[in-house]
Amino acid sequence: MTPLAAYLMVAALLFAIGLAGALTRRNAILVLIGIELMLNAANLNLIAFWRYGPHPELLTGMMFAIFSIAVAAAEAAVGLGLVISIYRHARTTDLEQMNRMKG
Amino acid sequence: MGICDLLWLIPAIPIVASGIIALLKQPRRKPAAALAIGSLSISLLLSLWAFAHVLAGWTNHMAVRETFNFTWMQVGAASVQLGWILDPLAAIMLVMVSLVGLLIFIYSVGYMEHDENFTRFFCFLSLFAGAMLGVVISNSILLLFMCWEIVGLTSYLLIGFWYHKPSAAAAAKKAFITTRVGDVFFLLGIVWLFAQTGTLLFYNYGAGSLEALALTNMLAQHAALGLTFAGAIGLLIFCGAAGKSGQLPLHVWLPDAMEGPTPVSALIHAATMVAAGVYLIARVYPLMSAGIQPGGTTTALVVVTWVGSLTAVFAALIAVAQNDIKRILAYSTVSQLGYMMAGLGLGGVAIGMFHLITHAFFKALLFLGAGSVIHGAHEEQDVRKMGGLKSAMPLTFATYAVGMLALCGVPIFFSGFWSKDAILESAHGWPLSRAPYYLLIFGAVLTAFYMTRQVSYAFFGKWRGHGHAHESPRVMTMPLGILAFFAIALGAIGTPAWPWFRAFLGNHAADIDLHAFAEPAWLMLLASSFVIVTVGIGVGWWLYGNKSPAAEEPDALEKAAPVLWTGLSNRLYVDEFYGATFIAFYYWWARVTDFIDRRVWGGIVAGVAWLFGLWARFNQFFDNDWINGGFDKGCEEMANSGGLLARAQNGRVQIYLRILAVGMIALVAILLWSARP
Repeated sequence: MTPLAAYLMVAALLFAIGLAGALTRRNAILVLIGIELMLNAANLNLIAFWRYGPHPELLTGMMFAIFSIAVAAAEAAVGLGLVISIYRHARTTDLEQMNRMKG
Repeated sequence: MGICDLLWLIPAIPIVASGIIALLKQPRRKPAAALAIGSLSISLLLSLWAFAHVLAGWTNHMAVRETFNFTWMQVGAASVQLGWILDPLAAIMLVMVSLVGLLIFIYSVGYMEHDENFTRFFCFLSLFAGAMLGVVISNSILLLFMCWEIVGLTSYLLIGFWYHKPSAAAAAKKAFITTRVGDVFFLLGIVWLFAQTGTLLFYNYGAGSLEALALTNMLAQHAALGLTFAGAIGLLIFCGAAGKSGQLPLHVWLPDAMEGPTPVSALIHAATMVAAGVYLIARVYPLMSAGIQPGGTTTALVVVTWVGSLTAVFAALIAVAQNDIKRILAYSTVSQLGYMMAGLGLGGVAIGMFHLITHAFFKALLFLGAGSVIHGAHEEQDVRKMGGLKSAMPLTFATYAVGMLALCGVPIFFSGFWSKDAILESAHGWPLSRAPYYLLIFGAVLTAFYMTRQVSYAFFGKWRGHGHAHESPRVMTMPLGILAFFAIALGAIGTPAWPWFRAFLGNHAADIDLHAFAEPAWLMLLASSFVIVTVGIGVGWWLYGNKSPAAEEPDALEKAAPVLWTGLSNRLYVDEFYGATFIAFYYWWARVTDFIDRRVWGGIVAGVAWLFGLWARFNQFFDNDWINGGFDKGCEEMANSGGLLARAQNGRVQIYLRILAVGMIALVAILLWSARP
């Protein structure tokens, strides 16, 4: 079997990519995508630790992951709703220009 | 309340009147004149009362010296005492000063009528009268000195009365400074006297500085040149008197003082102020004559005699060649003051004082007469431009003639003869030398000569002036008449047959003894006086008589001895000598001290100021650049830091998130690292 560390590294890599995307992309939707990536990386971590943990036969890990996906979906919906709302107001999705809180 | 306690009123009333007049405005002439004349009349009445009091005491052979002393202020252990004295000397001077003063005040009402500064004139005159009376009654040498200085001040003010005239202003300054030179020595004498005797009072019931105890103390100690302390102090005091009374080296101010109005010349520079010096010597005579042996004399008195005699002749010589009517009289005054001093030195207080009293009256008469002449000749003062006034101004001529004859010492009828004769008699009997006697006789001849010259030029011959001469008003001629009366009558109190004056001052009885007239010594003196007067008047009349040379023509004497005449008419170059020596030195010294003041002290001050400037600039630099600048920089940094900090609030979410991420990684790292075993 592949070692646990490999799964963890992939998950970390995904997480890092997702974080980088969320922190540096200008487009709001791409930020959301980054967030999704981070969530998926966390999911991957969860599944990896479930499989290589003490009780792989139970459904604990899987339930946790499904919860996480559901929450991610809901959160993506809310995020998209926010982006649409902002777009309607500012006519752009460029996060660089969203600095009304400045000062 | 005896008169002695009230004696201070005599000088105080005129001084107060002077103060009130000073507050009046110029146009208020009647009140000013009334105040002045009124106050001096009151002083005269009080003086007569004092005189009567002393006379009564003298007649009853009682002690005639009363004093009233008080302490003015206490300075540590010593006290400054003032006081006044009433004795025959003071009483006679009081009456003379107030009487002559009053007559001159009345005369001034007429003389100064056309002057716009009438009120100011009477203010100063009143102040002078008060101060002079103060000098007379003073028993404290300090009070005497204070009044002496006030007298000098008023003399300055009155000589320079017409101060717009530069010559008058210069003459006033000269008078003040010259008398000041004498006063410096006088002050030294005062200080020394006080140091020696411990008291400022002359007579203080045995403790005074002129009383036996103090005098014996001062006689015991010797200063330089064989002088005792008494003699040395006496000589210092004499310097003050020499300045005030115009004795030889310090006489230069008196002729120039004729710049003042004629009543001033009469009052101050003939009758009273210049007599103050003689009075001072008479007052401190016990000091000057301390240790005198019968038939001998003291060094101080010898000096006084010589200075007096030389002055008498010197001034008489110069008077011969003067052309201004008042200048002739001024030099005559200097000469007669020399006689008075010589009289004091040769014969004592009574001899000198008698001449002072008679001189006061006839010199005041002559000056007032001269004023009348000047007034009548329309402000002309040059005798060569007068003439023939005896018919145009008969009253003035008559009184002037009386004065002139008294001054010349014409025998028997005129007081001047008796007083001058007394001086010549003492000079004749002087143990040390006959020289003063011959000098004084020569002076008498010259006096007769120059007075005849003056009278011939002014009153005889023909009128050489412009316009018409007219007699003066009654207010001016009346005092002339009164003075003329005294110029004759006063002779009676000093004759050898009835030496009342001498007895009064010496506090012994006086008997009428007509046999004194028959004494050969006196008869010889009478004869010599006749000769003197005849020679003087005779030569004068012969040279100047009824001739009236025009003003441009040289004088008769000038034609005879031109070099001598030039020297005499240039006043024997004394002023020029002073100008070349003392005054030149003084100007040089003033330049030196000015240099030191401006360059040396001024340089130091400028240097210190420059240092301060440097310090101030450094302070300014420090303050502006470091403190202000530093503060400004700090505030700037704060503002900038605000800007910097504001950048953290940029409203950009991703930046916030980045910071969060970085922070969290850092935290986790720290936690992991610190959790290591």
